[in-house]
Amino acid sequence: MISLEGVSHDYGGGALFRDVTVQLEPGSFYFLTGPSGAGKSTFMKICYGELKPSTGTVTLLKRDLASMTRDDLAQARERIGVVHQDCSFLDHLTLEQNVALPLTATGRPISDSDLEDLMGWVGLTDRADAKPPTLSGGERQRAALARAIVAGPSVLLADEPTGNLDWEMSQRLLMLMIELNRMGTAVLIATHDLNLIRFAKAQVQARVIRIAGRTLQLAGAEL
Amino acid sequence: MSTGPIADLVVPKAGQNVWLVSLSAAAMAFLAVFALALSMSSARLADSWAQALSETATVRIAAQPDEIEAQTAQVLEVLRTTPGIAAATVMAQSDQAALLEPWLGPDLPLDMLPLPRLIEVTEFGGGPDRQGLRLRLAAEAPGAVYDDHTRWRRPLVQAASRLQSFALLSLVLIGGVMSAIVTLAASVALSANRQVIRVLRLVGARDRFIARAFVRRISRRALAGAAGGTALGMAALLALPDPGSAVPVLAGIGFHGLSWLWPLSIPALTFVLAWASSMATAFHVLRGVT
Repeated sequence: MISLEGVSHDYGGGALFRDVTVQLEPGSFYFLTGPSGAGKSTFMKICYGELKPSTGTVTLLKRDLASMTRDDLAQARERIGVVHQDCSFLDHLTLEQNVALPLTATGRPISDSDLEDLMGWVGLTDRADAKPPTLSGGERQRAALARAIVAGPSVLLADEPTGNLDWEMSQRLLMLMIELNRMGTAVLIATHDLNLIRFAKAQVQARVIRIAGRTLQLAGAEL
Repeated sequence: MSTGPIADLVVPKAGQNVWLVSLSAAAMAFLAVFALALSMSSARLADSWAQALSETATVRIAAQPDEIEAQTAQVLEVLRTTPGIAAATVMAQSDQAALLEPWLGPDLPLDMLPLPRLIEVTEFGGGPDRQGLRLRLAAEAPGAVYDDHTRWRRPLVQAASRLQSFALLSLVLIGGVMSAIVTLAASVALSANRQVIRVLRLVGARDRFIARAFVRRISRRALAGAAGGTALGMAALLALPDPGSAVPVLAGIGFHGLSWLWPLSIPALTFVLAWASSMATAFHVLRGVT
């Protein structure tokens, strides 16, 4: 699905991480952890092609990121669901329209009942007609997750998807991601929340990787 | 929920630049109606002048008072027997006075002036052999000069043709200015909505989808503005006061009959122009937005 080979990324002042190699296989479930500023969000952005690495090879759905055109990248993103940390929306559209955006933007049909079910799953049925600026942080995160999965992606990349949610809602959303994973979707979640990782490991075979000391390491054996 | 209506909404409605497009399109369409009317009128005028003058001629007889009647009779006889001449009529004194009135005023003492005698000639079938006719007139009536209006006709037709060229050039300039305004508006709209573009890109939208979302809005505004401007321009032409036959050039400006359909093409052309300009701009700007 997505593979990084010998990837390094520099931010002017120096390397954020070096020589990272990882493969996100179909049906795999990963957690990405690490201290603030270690480069988790940058790593995620490289995984969906918003950033190009300083060195190394990134392969998105069997295509080399370096040789992809903007349309190639758009085509790849049809199959990659992303929950961004900043949860950007189109503020002039309703929440429901925002959630349906990946289908709208790629001309795919939208099933009203599926959309309603999804809005119900993330607990936003009552807020379907609300505009994003009126949403709370938690509501934005739930909407961002709904938007990321509405098109049935092959890969789900979620950057701190439960940071503003209570434990009950975090578990609910995690179960949604686990269900998707059981249906074959590869999942990568960047998070600080160790309880969330413990909860997931009880449900699914999840691997934990950690960015620390500018390298990527396997971790989480103790969890 | 269908994708169509939302696809139309992905670009925010707000933005003064879009209103600028409507206003500019209205103004440009208004001017284009007049330029088109001028172009068609000048073409019509050139044709009518060329046709009217090409079928008429004048014989001017300047002779001593005691010879003028004899020379007039000789000229009429020559004209009567010349192939290509349909009719020849001596112009009445009252008609000559009417011709001179705009320059010399009314109550003209025509009897006191040494005016030449004028004979109006109507030609047919390409007219007479002018060179031969001039030689015959010189032999029969030395004071007669055959004037087929060529020296009047040529500059008049040239002036009308040039007027038509200027009008067409104006249409091209109007189109160019409209295109420039749309390009500017599209560029501003895209730059002001970088966040929208980023979100659309992240959910898998291709450049074509993003460009169309912006282009649709701008083109529709241009179409609406141009339709309003065209309607206003046509109404203004209809409201032009009729100067009557006293100023035939002014009386000819406008559309006649089915030619009123021509200005209706202006909104359609504006839409096509706006679509093409804004689409080219959108793709250019999108290349620079990562």
